[in-house]
Amino acid sequence: MRSQVRLGYQAMRNKLLVACRLLLIILCGHSVSSFAAETIHEERSIYRDITVVQTGDRRCLIFNVHRGDRNQTCVDVSTPDKLVFAYTRMSFAGLLLKPDPKTILVAGLGGGSIPTTLTDLFPDAEIDVVEVDQAVVNVAHQFFFFEENPNMKVTVADARVFVKRAGLLGKKYDYIVLDAFGGDYIPEHLLTMEFLEEVKAIMADDGVLVANTFSTSRFYDHESVTYQRVFTEFFNFKMPASGNRIIITQLKPLPPRGALVTEAQRLAPSLEKYDIPLLEYPARLTTRVDWDMSRRVLTDQYAPANLLRDN
Amino acid sequence: MSSKKRAVSSGLPPLLIISMAFISGFCIMAIEMLGARIMAPYFGGSQVVWGSIITIFMLALAMGYLLGGRLSTRNPNGTTFGLFFIGAALFCLPIILFADLTMRPIFLNIEDPRYGSLLACIIMYFVPIGILGMISPYSVRLLVQSQDHSGHMAGQLFFISTLGSAAGTLATSFYFVLWFDVNQIMWGSIAALLMAGGVILLIDYLRNAQPSPARVPGHEK
Repeated sequence: MRSQVRLGYQAMRNKLLVACRLLLIILCGHSVSSFAAETIHEERSIYRDITVVQTGDRRCLIFNVHRGDRNQTCVDVSTPDKLVFAYTRMSFAGLLLKPDPKTILVAGLGGGSIPTTLTDLFPDAEIDVVEVDQAVVNVAHQFFFFEENPNMKVTVADARVFVKRAGLLGKKYDYIVLDAFGGDYIPEHLLTMEFLEEVKAIMADDGVLVANTFSTSRFYDHESVTYQRVFTEFFNFKMPASGNRIIITQLKPLPPRGALVTEAQRLAPSLEKYDIPLLEYPARLTTRVDWDMSRRVLTDQYAPANLLRDN
Repeated sequence: MSSKKRAVSSGLPPLLIISMAFISGFCIMAIEMLGARIMAPYFGGSQVVWGSIITIFMLALAMGYLLGGRLSTRNPNGTTFGLFFIGAALFCLPIILFADLTMRPIFLNIEDPRYGSLLACIIMYFVPIGILGMISPYSVRLLVQSQDHSGHMAGQLFFISTLGSAAGTLATSFYFVLWFDVNQIMWGSIAALLMAGGVILLIDYLRNAQPSPARVPGHEK
């Protein structure tokens, strides 16, 4: 499982590359050597190949580099507080609905930037992080400034199993971030209606669920229909510069935009140091249906997610 | 009866036996591929669950080979052969009907998904897959008419049944899961096994109803 971003579109990628190069030239123009991406760590776990690459100050965790994946999570080593990727920043839009979470669950560690930011923001909140791959936990500790503390613990487990067991124990979370990726995409058993029901069962009455997904073609519809089935409505949150779609929902009816704007104005200053442009978010949170509602709901019986994606 | 005559006593056409071995190979792998999907909600995805499934399938098949081989030494016949398919089909029913009932208490009592999935696998899959494993050595015995070409027959049979396994793996993981529910595919496998068993029993019955000259007592002398 991992946090990731897919820079899918060639054009966008090229633009980004050009932008990155320009940035690098500006930042460290005299030192040519700092342009080169340097592999500082390689590790093969039972789930994937993990590579840590550093280009200038930017250090990235890349999975399955040999397969050409661009799934990664990055940190700027000179300013580790700042969140590098749009989707990571976007996952904090859930705070507009629940600004003061006391109990938090993050499924999928990656480089750990989401939990690190959360524990920095809410030092008293109890944070559970669940990550299936011990190797990812090790790499996050060693290379990505991820530190556990008395209030933030990592459990190495499958998110489905963790959530099911949390439900049995009667645990409730105020803020749940689903950011678990494996193979090509989110594992099938973490996409189904039954899983979302289990997640729903561990949400506090005023708790919020934030799920990181991709806005890729056909699969997008199935996923949307499934969330709709379980939660009736959700905020669909996309940004132009990102191929990610963040789903934000809660058990109560969703708040009106006015309330989101007010909350954004109140919270924005505290999120500035992480580069989270919270004020831009309320306008982009929409409940408008932009998917094919006739698509089939994903269930434990039917979830050929990775097959559907390419179709 | 001489041993040579007993060798053909099943009366089943070789082509039928070989086709049935294909079906059994196909179903074994279809059921195996679905195992991970069935267990993921309780024990998570990938490695751990696959480890349990493959281990238990291998052990079940190993036991099946041993038992099937043993059974084939005592009066090998078409009826027993057909009953393997029907028995396996019936023992597959709990995988559909009682999967949650089986896995829930295991999940509640065993925290470690490795041992949980291993136990769930044993309970759900050991018996039906063991029975399917008995089919291969038994088929070899039904096919073999003399020791001279037993190796040849065994080779042919494993060739076909393993092709069936390859087809079952591919069809299930590439296409069936895209077209059907997990349980629909399980019902399909059960139906295929039942039909295979039914066809074997029917042909066996028809063959035995018209005694072949070799079996008429007068010809024994």
